Amino acid sequence: MFKILKYSFYDLTRSRWLYIYGAFYLLLSASLLWLGGGLSKAIISLMNIILVLVPLIATMFGVMYYYNSREFTELLLAQPIRRSHIFFGQYLGVACSLAISLLLGVGLPFVLYGIFSSSEIWNFSILLLVGLFLSFIFSAIAFFIALRNENRIKGFGLAILVWLFFAVIYDGLFLLALSMFSDYPLERFAIGASLFNPIDLSRILILLKLDISALMGYTGAVIQNFMGTVLGMACSLGVLLLWVALPAWGIKRVAVRKDF
Amino acid sequence: MITIENLHKSFGKQEVLKGVSLKFQSPGITAILGPNGSGKTTLIKSILGMALPGQGTIRFQGQDIKGGWAYRRQIDYLPQIARFPENLTVQELLRMIQDLRGGQPDAEPLIRLFALQPHLGNRLGNLSGGTRQKVNLVLAMMYDSPVLILDEPTSGLDPVATQRLKELLRQEKEKGKYILVTTHIMSFVEEMADEVVFLLEGHVHFRGGLQELKEKYGASSLERAIARILEEGELGFSSNGHGEKAAQLVLRGA
Amino acid sequence: MRKTTLIFTFLLAFLATQAATITVCPDCEYSSISQAIASAGAGDEILIQGGVYQEGNILVDKPLRLKGEGWPVLDGENETEVLTVTANGVTIEGLVVRNVGTSYLEDRAGIRMRRVRDFAIRGNRLENTFFGIYLEHCSDGLVSNNILEGQAREEMSSGNAIHLWYCKRMLVENNQVRGHRDGIYFEFVDDSRIRHNISEDNLRYGLHFMFSNDDDYFRNTFRRNGAGVAVMFSRNINMWENRFEYNWGRAAYGLLLKEIYDAEIRNNVFLENTIGIYVEGSTRIRYRYNEFSRNGWAMKMSGGCLDNEVRANNFLYNTFDLSLASAPNNNAFDGNYWTDYSGYDLGRDGVGDVPYHPVKLFNYVVNRTPEAMVLLRSLFVDLLNFSEKVSPVLTPADVADNAPLMQKLNFSKDKPAF
Repeated sequence: MFKILKYSFYDLTRSRWLYIYGAFYLLLSASLLWLGGGLSKAIISLMNIILVLVPLIATMFGVMYYYNSREFTELLLAQPIRRSHIFFGQYLGVACSLAISLLLGVGLPFVLYGIFSSSEIWNFSILLLVGLFLSFIFSAIAFFIALRNENRIKGFGLAILVWLFFAVIYDGLFLLALSMFSDYPLERFAIGASLFNPIDLSRILILLKLDISALMGYTGAVIQNFMGTVLGMACSLGVLLLWVALPAWGIKRVAVRKDF
Repeated sequence: MITIENLHKSFGKQEVLKGVSLKFQSPGITAILGPNGSGKTTLIKSILGMALPGQGTIRFQGQDIKGGWAYRRQIDYLPQIARFPENLTVQELLRMIQDLRGGQPDAEPLIRLFALQPHLGNRLGNLSGGTRQKVNLVLAMMYDSPVLILDEPTSGLDPVATQRLKELLRQEKEKGKYILVTTHIMSFVEEMADEVVFLLEGHVHFRGGLQELKEKYGASSLERAIARILEEGELGFSSNGHGEKAAQLVLRGA
Repeated sequence: MRKTTLIFTFLLAFLATQAATITVCPDCEYSSISQAIASAGAGDEILIQGGVYQEGNILVDKPLRLKGEGWPVLDGENETEVLTVTANGVTIEGLVVRNVGTSYLEDRAGIRMRRVRDFAIRGNRLENTFFGIYLEHCSDGLVSNNILEGQAREEMSSGNAIHLWYCKRMLVENNQVRGHRDGIYFEFVDDSRIRHNISEDNLRYGLHFMFSNDDDYFRNTFRRNGAGVAVMFSRNINMWENRFEYNWGRAAYGLLLKEIYDAEIRNNVFLENTIGIYVEGSTRIRYRYNEFSRNGWAMKMSGGCLDNEVRANNFLYNTFDLSLASAPNNNAFDGNYWTDYSGYDLGRDGVGDVPYHPVKLFNYVVNRTPEAMVLLRSLFVDLLNFSEKVSPVLTPADVADNAPLMQKLNFSKDKPAF
């Protein structure tokens, strides 16, 4: 599996898109830091972008890489290699290269700006951590979708739809539900509903670190009591891990049963 | 070596293999023939575990291949269409396969045989079809495995390379290997094959030696014999017109 | 009036130098402050040298000057009040007052002035006093350059650092107070000034200000207080050049205004407060040249706010610029700079051509359904706000800055003369 990962990664490091992606973050972070004014402001702005863009790019990249590496995959399938290793290797190759782009693109400017000697280091770390999680989650979902759909157009469409659902539609339904049942205590519902969407969960984790919880009144207090503690944090990260594991398990299931 | 029992395979509603049973027990070159869509490639992919049987079993050295992967160490496979990661160079691809598969391949003589030295540093995306097929051949044959499965080995090759390939296959056969070849080139079959498997409409229509085939259909050449088979098929399956089409396709290759 | 106070103070000081000096130290003829006071005459100076004096409650009932040298410590041993002054014209300086006992029944203090005038409390250090400096029914007094450090844990069992009740013409300046219930407490205090103080890390309010009229406070810093600063039920208050910062918590604000009439709020900085200014039922307040930076809400106005003017302020990177609980009455929001403003200025006169609407749709949603705050900064909410911006349906269209500035105001340059 690690050999496949290595070659997928190696293959991707020659892809222009990965560099564009990394360079984009580099430019963005640098301009937010030096032109936008300050670490905490930059972290908040970056959060807005990372929460939308990381899942989108991971989804697109995952689908694209799967379809573009069909030849490679077929070559590998005839080799004495376990099937699940082939697909996990490729998936991890994509996820890792995206993660490294993000890590370098966002990390370098912040390190140069002096994040290590700043009190914002934890906020920044959680932002990066969440970004990495989202890369792994959404590229896994993308791989799963691509594996299930031989038709590229259909696969792309479905993947974008899934992204759109988690990035926008879910929150719309969430808000609708909240305002429809606003007469009932909804704190638990709010926590529960955010666990089912990795983007929401990530956003709330960062917001809690940035102490926006103070803005959230009673709801904020309940959420803070749940997710703000070490246990809650571990729980949230556990759910994020589950969000990686679930599509990964799907990849294995589909991969083992698929004809090539 | 390879035993296939009652193999069924369908893709969606389309049934490609309808109960194929075959045994490969003695070394030599077996040509798998049949019109397009007769299930040749599906049969090969089933043996390799790339397509999963709907029904029936495939045994390799007595072991059911279901869920297995290590048995593929014993098989060298030449895929029909040579498609590789475009960003890699030939050298890197060779090294990668060696790394993934392990063992001690010997690519040097093959590279010399197909005169690939000048292309080693080129990206696979920039190679011509013929050159790619040569790379494909090197990749498939650099290991010295007991089973060799070649899907359309001559496609895109120039006459010199084709000649060298034939020579190579003869040598491999001498070593006592099991060699399965699908092809549309009848002269190649006549020249090389010890045995013919003819697939039609998902069934094994004929299996036996070349001479046997010619005699059975009272034909002087392989081409004629196949034309006869397809004519028969046309009578039998005239309702769908498949036989005629298939005959044209097969004969075009001849 | 204040001038006469000062002159009187100087006069007293002058008189004191003329008068006798009684030295107190552990090995002196007078080893007790109470003894020294008992034998002193009016206008004498009592020079207290370094040492620890545990004398319980010391009563000062003559116009004396109590001066510490080498930081003598007056220790209440966590039992009693330390200094109680009942005579006019007393000066207390250079003392360390320590360990006043907590009481749930009486408001014990480090230094209490009761019904006196023309006094000065200067350059003292109060540590672990329940109430620090407690002034009741006083006038024409000075409280300056004192440092008050409390160890307040909960509101019920803690007192205020500088506590003024029914006072007139007081000056509270250059003090540093921290760790009390309220930093500075004003109730029924008129014609007074609070300036250059730092009040931080208090449990409740940095400044608690009620039923007090015609007062000024300026150049103070209120930082990390539990609930910020509360100014309530008062008239004619000037609040200039103060800093309200890091008051961050569920019910915290930089400044709470409740039932305030006719106030000037100018050149203040509100930095990283949950709510910069929370206004309830206040009328004729003029907000000018303030900077609201990185607050949760820069301003939150609930019912009954009439004729307020918010002009020429900077609103920088607040999560919400403005929240209104009800339909506003006759408040003006023109001529401010808003970082969220995305309009254009074709005329190049520095004023945006399209109005800015500081109330966002999401804000409106959150007021109705507080739980919706979990969706803060989500893409959906951004889209929602954007669509509302393009065509307002729910947000009040008349709450608008009709002349939003294109450039941030530079207050150090544009600052007017006071």
